[in-house]
Amino acid sequence: MRGDRRVFSDVNFSLVPGSFLQVTGANGSGKTSLLRILCGLLKPAEGQISWQGASIHSLGEEYFTSVTYFGHRPGVKDELTAAENLRVSAGLGGVQVDTDRAHEALERMGLVGRGSVPARLLSEGQRRRVALARLLVCNTRLWLLDEILTSLDKTAISLVRSLIEEHLSGGGMAIVATHQELELSGHQKQRLELAT
Amino acid sequence: MLRWVVWRDLILAWRRRADALSTLFFFVIVVSLFPLGIGPETELLRSIAPGVVWVAALLASMLSLGRLFANDYQDGTLEQLLLTPQPLYLVVLGKVAAQWLTSELPLVCMAPLLGVQFGVSNDTLVVLVLSLALGTPVLSMIGSIGAALTLGLRSSSVLISILVLPLYIPVLIFGAGAVEASIIGQSPAPHIYLLGAITVLSLIFAPWATSAALRISVE
Repeated sequence: MRGDRRVFSDVNFSLVPGSFLQVTGANGSGKTSLLRILCGLLKPAEGQISWQGASIHSLGEEYFTSVTYFGHRPGVKDELTAAENLRVSAGLGGVQVDTDRAHEALERMGLVGRGSVPARLLSEGQRRRVALARLLVCNTRLWLLDEILTSLDKTAISLVRSLIEEHLSGGGMAIVATHQELELSGHQKQRLELAT
Repeated sequence: MLRWVVWRDLILAWRRRADALSTLFFFVIVVSLFPLGIGPETELLRSIAPGVVWVAALLASMLSLGRLFANDYQDGTLEQLLLTPQPLYLVVLGKVAAQWLTSELPLVCMAPLLGVQFGVSNDTLVVLVLSLALGTPVLSMIGSIGAALTLGLRSSSVLISILVLPLYIPVLIFGAGAVEASIIGQSPAPHIYLLGAITVLSLIFAPWATSAALRISVE
């Protein structure tokens, strides 16, 4: 429910390790709301979300050790350098990343030599790459990715795809809300289409 | 974890030091206007000193509160903070601690210099600094509740003032009371003890209220 409008109802699904769910739907159909409910930022009006059999609201912070949520806004601080941004957001998630490791991850995201540049000097797409580098260093099992392909170029999109494939091969799970078709090879895929 | 929150906010404050400095300058200017406006009437200045310094400190702390969560909210880092695997209570405590260090501690350090303008004795200056050091954490703590509640609203800075300033009254009474007691030769201890009690209470309850308010504002 947003305001007093019912955005969606009767949504029911479950994910097993190594599987992937793509959420599609028109603008305003509730993709973002669904993802925010799944990560616990938003409370559902009705219904329940369970993680390994326990309700996520009873798990509290414990649930957040298993989840990485990626929202519309990249969560990159203008004043910090790319590497500092990565170290801080990983550190807040409970993962210690040293400077070398941060630069390594940023290079893998195609930001060679940009690690020490303040984020405000980076382009929108590069800032998203900085944010996405978080996926490389976190060791959570469930990824909730909301419109992550926005303002990314072709190489970055294929990079994200390979990241998700690696994650799934390692027994992870991913829920991706996107308009674009995301083709992943060799993984169990479910689709959830939200109607307006 | 707490370390990362404090470290991050301190670095951000350093790279945007104009923000913290403007709070300090506001405090200095407001307090300095009174001796200039009233003129060299030592008795009068001495008797209004506690109130002036304390009220200026309350107003100056209003300036920095608007920024406490608003920047993080806009660039999406607040969502990350809400989804960290540690209790939100600690995250809030870390952010408020960083805010106190960057915006309130400079006021405490500057206060004795300003007190000299009002012609108060050295003993009174010590009491002034002590009362501010004990009282300003309460301002940050209570202010963080207001900042969290008004997050994402238009004209939130005015709303914060309306919400939070009335809640500052007990701190103002005991803080200024301690300095006043010292000026008229009484023991400031009872005021200081009460101020300390308020500080402890706010340290315990305010982060909890702020966490709840943040969760509602982000929904």
